[in-house]
Amino acid sequence: MSTIDVRGLGHTFGDLRVLKDVSLQAPGGTFASIVGPSACGKSTLLRVLAGLLVPDEGTAEVGGVSTVSRPGLVSYMPQKDLLLPWRRVLGNATLGAEVGGIKRAEAKRQAGALMERFGLAGFERAWPSQLSGGMRQRLALLRTFLAPAKTMLLDEPFGALDAITRREMHGWLQSVLGAEQRTVLFITHDVEEALLLSDRVYVMSPRPGRIIADVPVTFPKPRPSGAVLAPEFIRLKAELLGALGG
Amino acid sequence: MRRLGASTRRATIEYLPAGLLLAALIAGWEAWVRIFDTRPYIMPAPSRVWTAFLETRGTLPEHITTTLSEALLGLAIAAAAGVALAAILALTPLVRRVLYPILVVSQTIPMIVLAPLLVIWFGFGMTPKVVVVALFGFFPICVSTAEGLLTADREMTGLVRSMGGGRLASLRYVEIPAALPSFFSGLKIAATYAVLGAVIGEWVGASSGLGIFITRAQTAFRVDRVFVAVAVIAVVSVALFAAVHVAARLTTPWMYVNKENKS
Ligand SMILES: Nc1ncnc2c1ncn2[C@@H]1O[C@H](COP(=O)(O)OP(=O)(O)O)[C@@H](O)[C@H]1O
Ligand SMILES: [Mg+2]
Repeated sequence: MSTIDVRGLGHTFGDLRVLKDVSLQAPGGTFASIVGPSACGKSTLLRVLAGLLVPDEGTAEVGGVSTVSRPGLVSYMPQKDLLLPWRRVLGNATLGAEVGGIKRAEAKRQAGALMERFGLAGFERAWPSQLSGGMRQRLALLRTFLAPAKTMLLDEPFGALDAITRREMHGWLQSVLGAEQRTVLFITHDVEEALLLSDRVYVMSPRPGRIIADVPVTFPKPRPSGAVLAPEFIRLKAELLGALGG
Repeated sequence: MRRLGASTRRATIEYLPAGLLLAALIAGWEAWVRIFDTRPYIMPAPSRVWTAFLETRGTLPEHITTTLSEALLGLAIAAAAGVALAAILALTPLVRRVLYPILVVSQTIPMIVLAPLLVIWFGFGMTPKVVVVALFGFFPICVSTAEGLLTADREMTGLVRSMGGGRLASLRYVEIPAALPSFFSGLKIAATYAVLGAVIGEWVGASSGLGIFITRAQTAFRVDRVFVAVAVIAVVSVALFAAVHVAARLTTPWMYVNKENKS
């Protein structure tokens, strides 16, 4: 399991300073979340870790290897689901695995075995345009899940879903991940979601983004949606909201 | 079978108004010619055109075969060359900057002027006709395919890159499939003009084909036969267009998914 290690990361788009001295260390097997106001540079940070963007300053490593200009070390789920309209559900699920060098038949077998768990059974031959929002999101997650790189970067995977679907997905994601020890870096602007899912929550400041709080969350997992009502949960939520507001 | 029946019904409903209008126009034309007693070498009545069609039934298939072969061969060459140049244009910005304007300007050369020259260059055989069709079809195919390749979603290619895929993977998984529908739009335009292109090529000189059929009919003042040829060209062109449409449906099925079908 790979540690995510970011140090002194800074980046500027033209005149726009987006990231400033971002540092975070998430040990292998951690589910870590980043919460922050919109446009503070969360997606930019993930793009650096995914090897898609070369930062102006600093280092980003996964499992001790620099991700700068080295895509493929992590499995990245972008903010949009980016399902390929010309591939059926099964073909989209296996995309990351196929590109990552896993044989097509083997990738299909692995995907087929997970269809049920990802709530996509029976839809193998459907086109992405025929899926509901929640199913599209689960399919994008399955694609990320099946890629050979086991460290996952998830950029607001549930951001576009309605509250009810979202709550379902929280329970579901915990059950899917429960069996696997994976390092996950999860972006959200929903504090409650972050607390419910994570071992650790980082708070980012408004642009230029920096990590301004690092809050460990120690409730036992899996956490039912009712966990948000516990006094300790509410205390942590207040702490995070305070950090975000200040 | 039920689905087939439903789709046939839908097609009938869709094309019924156009069919009715066409029938009305033909009826009006027939009436006009009879009422004003127009000379057949000026404007033959549809009934007379039909008679002319029955007269020429024996020789027409050979002419159609000639013209259709030229059209299909020209179309195939246009598709191959168009896609090849589109790929080069899309992949190399420098070539794009140099060639694209020239390509656009080349479209202003009237094919009617070019056809006689092609005969001088390539003789009276099949070649100049195929070249005319290919020149007609090349441009729309090349331009739409290049456009399709260039407008492929950058975020999708980024996704493939994030998976460790190189240039080839992004072409294979994103750019080529993304460009397929545009390629077929170009091919549809090319197919529409292909038969016409072959006829224009034959006009200048040929021993067989719908173009020479028209020339012969004109010299004999058989305007009714000219109309027969016009109708045949229309029917063959529509058939070619329909064939491309079917190919597009089979190759890019995701473009024809019923979006309401969400579960
Ligand atoms: N490629 C880019 N070029 C210029 N500006 C960009 C680019 N990508 C992001 N930005 C800008 O950087 C800021 C941070 O973007 P992003 O990382 O997407 O924010 P977040 O994900 O936190 O909402 C935004 O103001 C955005 O407009
Ligand atoms: Mg974002």
